[in-house]
Amino acid sequence: MSVIGHVAVNVFKESVRDKVLYNLVGFATLLIVVSYLLGQLTAGQDVKIIKDLGLAAIATFGLLIAVFIGIGLVWKEVERRSIYSLLSKPMRRDEFILGKYVGLALTLFVNVAIMTAAFYVVLAYMDTQFPDAVRASWPAPATDPGMLRAIALIFFELLLVTAIALFFSTFSSPFLSAALTVGLWVIGHFNRDLRNFEAVVKSRTAAYLARGLYYVLPNFSAFDIKTQVVHALPVPASYVVSTAAYALVYMALLLAAAVAIFSRRDFK
Amino acid sequence: MDAIRTEALTKDYRVGFWRPRRYLALDSLTLHVRQGEVFGFLGPNGAGKTTTLKLLMQLIYPSSGRAEILGRPVGDVSVKRRLGYLAENPYFYDYLTAEELLQYFAGLFGYSAVERRRRVSQLLDEVGIGAERRLQLRRFSKGMLQRVGIAQAVINDPDVVFFDEPMSGLDPLGRREIRELILRLRDRGCTVFFSSHVLSDAETLCSRVAILAGGRLAAAGDLSEMLAFQARAWELVVTGLSDTVLEKVTTSGQVVRATPLGAQRYALELPLSAAPDRLVTNLVAHGAQLVSLNPIRETLEDFFVRQTGAAPRDRGLEPVAR
Ligand SMILES: Nc1ncnc2c1ncn2[C@@H]1O[C@H](COP(=O)(O)OP(=O)(O)O)[C@@H](O)[C@H]1O
Ligand SMILES: [Mg+2]
Repeated sequence: MSVIGHVAVNVFKESVRDKVLYNLVGFATLLIVVSYLLGQLTAGQDVKIIKDLGLAAIATFGLLIAVFIGIGLVWKEVERRSIYSLLSKPMRRDEFILGKYVGLALTLFVNVAIMTAAFYVVLAYMDTQFPDAVRASWPAPATDPGMLRAIALIFFELLLVTAIALFFSTFSSPFLSAALTVGLWVIGHFNRDLRNFEAVVKSRTAAYLARGLYYVLPNFSAFDIKTQVVHALPVPASYVVSTAAYALVYMALLLAAAVAIFSRRDFK
Repeated sequence: MDAIRTEALTKDYRVGFWRPRRYLALDSLTLHVRQGEVFGFLGPNGAGKTTTLKLLMQLIYPSSGRAEILGRPVGDVSVKRRLGYLAENPYFYDYLTAEELLQYFAGLFGYSAVERRRRVSQLLDEVGIGAERRLQLRRFSKGMLQRVGIAQAVINDPDVVFFDEPMSGLDPLGRREIRELILRLRDRGCTVFFSSHVLSDAETLCSRVAILAGGRLAAAGDLSEMLAFQARAWELVVTGLSDTVLEKVTTSGQVVRATPLGAQRYALELPLSAAPDRLVTNLVAHGAQLVSLNPIRETLEDFFVRQTGAAPRDRGLEPVAR
């Protein structure tokens, strides 16, 4: 296994030992309790609510892991000085950064995979609880595999969030990194509005500025196709692929910047 | 080829946020360490020892000057394969066990799983970590962490090792074990470069030393040849010394100072010029018993103060143990 692989496995181990996976228990419990309650209230009229809720929960829990582990990944090693021993081993600083990133991506993948499995189990159970007449009124079957597209884009969004958190954490404190990452995530969800800014304002400068920001800031709204899949509206595969590619390119640029900053740093 | 070479290595820190000032932590250090020697890098706290080691590990970058290890610039991955480093007060991932930590580090050198297991268990035996190796490092005492730190530094059978204050925080037994380990490394042909603020650590181990003070090289060479550290007096501890005998030797000038330690038990300071054996024989003939006889040497601090006529600029200077 390469150096990057060893560092990544250690990140994964740390997240497991730090009980990050308890997060999953929280997710599953929430999902089951809420779907049970909703099933009682709505008599199964709307499986859509469960789908909405499940997808939103996967996105939110994933975001929590990405931000909270992402901001501490590099900072903790530097602050506690464990990095001293690590970097004296045959490794370059870029390998360190990439290893950390891959490790967190792996953690996120496992988490999202388990949450997805739990989600489908709950949906499959709901499916058995209602008569055919009720199920026929649903826009899509309970265990509609089309939702996997939304989950795939959630995962790519998380990869991008992780890269942002890691980037900030190479030079700032966890608190600041968290604030900046969450801030960027929020702005990124309103990114679409920037594009149409010029229709609203008179000033050309403001319009150009908005256009510029639209291209520079991450466009997180593009990753959100939850509503479409829940309503069984078609989402072309090409859209999923190009959005994923966008995430990968953006992420690569962020990691390159993180490496550039980190490689010049003095460890106090 | 030298094991370690630095040429005018300099590190300037910028301190203060609003009005940054330059702070010269290391000033033009030029040092050559030969292969296979145990080299003591000495100096009081704040002298710049850790700064130098961090520069050699490329954990920080020099403001100017150069450093090479085994003929290659520092930071070179092929060189890192051949070196080991123990940081000052090392910290390791507290969620790993000692065994897992060493496995992880061994993996970074590309050893196979079988080889990793073999090395790790052998090393843990060697540094005296028994059943605790299955405990998470958060449960380890400072002394045990230091042992883990030593083990991780030599996991690759390095050609050069860098130990930053390896004895600090260890009890006398621990210090002796480290000393023995350093000698074993030397016997294997490994170059050992270690820092210490305690002179006696170096006396028993080093062929050559460098003494750093206030970021500058104050002296370098053979410790035995450094006049500064020759004995300046003798300290003789005796029991059963009667007051009359004590008074006689004090007034005759054979004893410069007598410090009572207990009933008829004294520490006597003798001038270096007089051979102490005559006095010892004399005292024994008058019923006293010899407890110990030791040369009194200058400490690093004494040396430093005499060299520069000032105390080290460090904020929290610790007394130096002899
Ligand atoms: N990151 C830093 N910023 C500012 N000053 C520093 C920094 N690190 C060390 N120093 C200063 O540099 C000097 C040398 O420190 P150090 O190399 O740790 O000494 P030693 O290891 O010999 O005790 C000290 O006065 C210390 O306060
Ligand atoms: Mg130090």
